[in-house]
Amino acid sequence: MKIILYIIKKEFKQIFRNKGMLPIIFILPVLQLVILSNAATYEIKNIQFGYVDTDNSSISRGLIEQFESSTYFNVSEKFPSEKEASQAMQEGTIDAYLNIPTHFERDLQKDKTKDIGVFIDAIDGSAAGVINVYITQIIQNYNKSIVADLIQVSDAVQKPKNIDSIPLFWYNQTLNYKTFMVPGILVLLVTMITLFLSGMNIVREKEIGTLEQINVTPIKKHHFIIGKLFPFWVLGLGLLTIGLILAKVIFNVPMIGNLGLLYVYTAVYILVILGIGLFISNFTDTQQQAMFIAWFFVVIFILMSGLFTPIESMPKWAQKLTEFNPVKYFVEIIRMVMLKGSSFNDVFPLAIKTLVYAIVMNGLAVWSYKKTL
Amino acid sequence: MKRFVGFVRKEFYHIFRDKRSLFILFGMPIAQILLFGFAITNEINNVDIGILDQANDVTSKEIINKISASKHFSIVDIIHQESSIESIFKKGKVKAVLQFENNFGNNLIKEKQANVQVLTDATDPNMASTISNYISSILKKYQQELNENISIDYQIMPQSRMVYNAELKSVYMFVPGIMTVILMLVSAMMTSISITREKEQGTMEILLVSPLKPFQVIIGKVFPYIFLSVINAVVIVLLSIFVFNVPVNGSLFLLGIESVLFIITSLALGILISTISATQQTAMMISLMGLMLPTILLSGFIFPISSMPLPLQVISNIIPAKWFIIIVKGIMLKGIGIGFVLKETFILLLMTLVFIGVSVKKYKIRLE
Amino acid sequence: MMKDNNVIQVENLSKLFGDFAAVNQISFQVKAGEIFGFLGANGAGKTTAMKMLIGISSPTSGKATVAGFDVYKETESIKKNIGYMSQKFALYDDLTVKENITFFGGIYGLSKKQIDQKRCELVEELGLQEVTKSLVASLPLGWKQKLAFSVSLLHEPKIVFLDEPTGGVDPITRRQFWEMIYKAAHNGTTIFVTTHYMDEAEYCDRVSIMVNGKIEALDTPKKLKEHYKTDTMNDVFLKLARG
Repeated sequence: MKIILYIIKKEFKQIFRNKGMLPIIFILPVLQLVILSNAATYEIKNIQFGYVDTDNSSISRGLIEQFESSTYFNVSEKFPSEKEASQAMQEGTIDAYLNIPTHFERDLQKDKTKDIGVFIDAIDGSAAGVINVYITQIIQNYNKSIVADLIQVSDAVQKPKNIDSIPLFWYNQTLNYKTFMVPGILVLLVTMITLFLSGMNIVREKEIGTLEQINVTPIKKHHFIIGKLFPFWVLGLGLLTIGLILAKVIFNVPMIGNLGLLYVYTAVYILVILGIGLFISNFTDTQQQAMFIAWFFVVIFILMSGLFTPIESMPKWAQKLTEFNPVKYFVEIIRMVMLKGSSFNDVFPLAIKTLVYAIVMNGLAVWSYKKTL
Repeated sequence: MKRFVGFVRKEFYHIFRDKRSLFILFGMPIAQILLFGFAITNEINNVDIGILDQANDVTSKEIINKISASKHFSIVDIIHQESSIESIFKKGKVKAVLQFENNFGNNLIKEKQANVQVLTDATDPNMASTISNYISSILKKYQQELNENISIDYQIMPQSRMVYNAELKSVYMFVPGIMTVILMLVSAMMTSISITREKEQGTMEILLVSPLKPFQVIIGKVFPYIFLSVINAVVIVLLSIFVFNVPVNGSLFLLGIESVLFIITSLALGILISTISATQQTAMMISLMGLMLPTILLSGFIFPISSMPLPLQVISNIIPAKWFIIIVKGIMLKGIGIGFVLKETFILLLMTLVFIGVSVKKYKIRLE
Repeated sequence: MMKDNNVIQVENLSKLFGDFAAVNQISFQVKAGEIFGFLGANGAGKTTAMKMLIGISSPTSGKATVAGFDVYKETESIKKNIGYMSQKFALYDDLTVKENITFFGGIYGLSKKQIDQKRCELVEELGLQEVTKSLVASLPLGWKQKLAFSVSLLHEPKIVFLDEPTGGVDPITRRQFWEMIYKAAHNGTTIFVTTHYMDEAEYCDRVSIMVNGKIEALDTPKKLKEHYKTDTMNDVFLKLARG
C-alpha cells in the first residue's frame, strides 16, 4: 500500500509539473465543452431560399410572402430563370428554391390543382427531408387560405374527418439541444483525456527507459499499475466535476437524478477506459503507435455512441458492435440520470455491463503487462 | 539536392521499416471508412415505441397496424396504464408512446375529430421531433384515405426534387466528412509527433547542424507523410466510389489536386503544433484533443453550420476541414469545376502559408 | 545455500532469438564482494546476458542463480537483492534529485526514516547539497550517472549490475565513478559491470570477455595479460575479438 502511494505521488508531480500539458488537460476540455455544445444541433434554421416566379401573379406573390414570413427561411433572391437558380445551388448560396411556372394562377383557377417545382440540395439527406417538410407545410397552409380567399366555402362541402396528433415532449419541452449535448460532450471529453493520458503513460516510460529501471525492482505488478492509473482516475472524476458545474452554471442543464449515482457509475466507467489505455500501452513500443490506436478507437467510440447519430438506424451488425462501446453506455446513463432522474434500478442493466467490461479490461491489462521483456 | 534526396530516403526507410505503424497508418483509415460508411446514418429508423390504446377500437387498431408497418418504428411494448409510461421512459425501453384517447373511433365518426397523443422522450430532441413528425405524417396519410371522397378545392401540389442525392442517402453526407477527418488527423498527428520526437531525442539538433537547411530538414521529414496521406486519400476515394456508390460527378483530377492541397494544409498544421510543443506527449494531446472534436463538430461533417449560433459560424471559418468538406461535396456530388471552389481553395492555400510562416518564425527564434 | 561464497552461478546459459544465439552456453561464477568485469564488443551479447541475470528476460536454456535465487522462477526475489543501473540514463528527468531518491527508496519498500537517512548520506557524499531541489534534467551527465549509481545502492543490495555506467562521461568523472565502485565493493557489495573501456577493465578483480555470444576468456586482468603476452587489456581484447 505504501509503495502505491509513492507511485501516485510521483505521477501527480509529473502531471502538474508539465506546464505544456496542464492547459491541454484542464483548459482545452472546458473550452470545448462550452463552445462545441452549441455547435451540435440538428435543428434546421436559416434555410437560404430562392425562387423563380415567371407567373408574377397575386397567388404566386402570396406564396412567396408565406416563405418570407417564416422564421426558418431566408428568402434571398428572385432568379430570372431556373438556370440561374440551379447555378446558385451549385455554388452553395441557396439550399432550396421554388419554381413557379408561367400561367400558374390561371391554371390553378381552371384546373383547381397545379404542380409547383421544389428543388432541395439533398447532399445532407436528413436536412433535406426536414426542409421538404417545412416547405410542404407552408404550401398546405397556403392552400387552405386560398380556398378561403377564392371561393365562398359552400355549405354543401362535407366536413372532412380530422385526426390530430398532439406531441408532448417529455423531459425537454422546448427541445433544447444543449440539454442533450452538454452531458454527451462532457462524456467524450472525460473519455478522451483519460484514454489518451493512460495510453501514453506507460509506453512513454518504455521509450524513455525508466520502465526498465522499474522492472528490475521487486515491485508487484498490480501495485505499479494501480499507482499509475489512480491519478488519471482522479483526473477524470475531477474533469467530470468541472464539467457538471459548467453544465449547471452556463447551460442550466437540469440535474434531476441522483448525482451520487452518476459519480459511482463514472468511477467504474473510467476504470474501463483506463484498462483500455493500459492495454494499448502494453502492446505498443512507441507513443506514436499507442496514440494511433487510441485515436482509432476514440473516433469509433465517438461516432458510434449514439450521441450524434442514432444507434437504432444502424444495421444490425453495427448495433451489435456498439455493445462493445463503453462511451455508448456512459452517454446513455448520464442522460438517463441527469435529464430523466432514472434510479439505480433503471440503469442497473447498463451499469452491470460496464462493470463487467471494467473487470475484463483491467484483467487483460494486468495480465498483459509483463515485467520481463 | 543530392543530400536532400538522401535525407528523404532515410525518412522513408524509417517509416516503412516500422511495419506495425505502417499497418496502423493504412489499415485504420480503411477500417474506419468501411465501418462508418455502412453504419452511420442520421436517418431515424427502427425506433422502439410503446402503445397505450385506451380506445381499442377498429380505427385505432388500423392506425397501429400502419405504424408497425412503417420502417421507422417497431412497437415493442403495449402499455395498459398511463402511470407506467414514466417508468418505461426512465428505463430507456422506448423513445415514444402513442396514446389513443377513449372513444377514439367514435369521436372520429361523430365529431369528425379525434386525438392521438405522441409522448416522446425528448432528452434527444432530434429524435423526439423527428418521431413526432413521422407519426403525424402517417396520421395525415391515413386521414387522407378516410377523406378520399371529399374533394378539397384548390391544391398547389409541391413536386419536390432532391437535387444531388435523390435517395437521400446518408453516405453521401458522411463519406466526404469521414475522409476529411481521417486526412486531417492522420496528417497533423503524424508530422507533429515525428518532429517532436526528433526534438525529444536530441536528434533534431544533429540534423540542424548538418549542412541541410532547416526548411529542408522539415520538408524532408514531411515529404513521406504527404506520400502516405495521398495513398490514404486514393484508397478512401476508391472505396467510396466502388463500395458506397458515391458518384464523382466532377473531375477526379481536380479532386486529387484539392486533396493534396488539404493534406499539405494538415501537415503544415502538424508542423506548427510541433513548434509549440516540447514533448511528443504535448504534440499528441494538442493534435488529438485540440483537433478531434472541432473537426467533427464545426466542419459541417455532421451538423449543418448554417444552423449554429452566429459566433460559432464565425469560428467555423478557421477550421480547415470546413472548407475541404465544401470542396469535396462540390466536386464529387455537385460536379462543379475549379471556378466554383476558387474561394475555398484560396482559403486553404492561405491557411497553409500562415501555418508555415508562423512555424518558420518560431523555429528561427529558437535557433537564435 | 551460497556454496563457495558464489553470489552468481551461471551454467550453460543461452538465449536464442529465432536461430540466432545472442548468448551461447556461457558459464561463470562471481564471488561475493568481487568486482566482476563483463567485457565484450558491441553486440557480443553482454546486455542480453545481464538482462537474464537481473530477471527481466527469460533464458532459453541453461541454469543460473543470482544471490541464491533461480533466474527462471525466483526473479522477484532476485530483484529484492540486486541493484541495476542501465545503459540508458533511467532516473526521472522531470523529478528533482530529492524526489527521485524518495521515489526509488519508496518502491524498494524502505521506511520513510530509512529514506531520509539514506538521502542525507547520499547527497552529502556526492556533494549534491546545492541541487537537491533541482530537476534531474538540469544536472550535467556525470552527476546524473553518479546519482543513478547511488540510487541503485539505496536498498543495500547484495549485488549491483552496471551496464556501461560510464558511457559518454569525461575521464575525471569516470575516475570518481570508479572510486565509488571501490567503496561499494569495500562495503561488501558485489559489482557486476559491463564496459568497453579497456582501461576500466584493469580496475576489476576478474574479467570475462565475450565474443559472439560466448565467453572466450575469464581470469584476473594480470593473468589474462600474461596468458596473451600483452601489456594492456586493450591488446588482450583486440587479440580475442579478431579471433
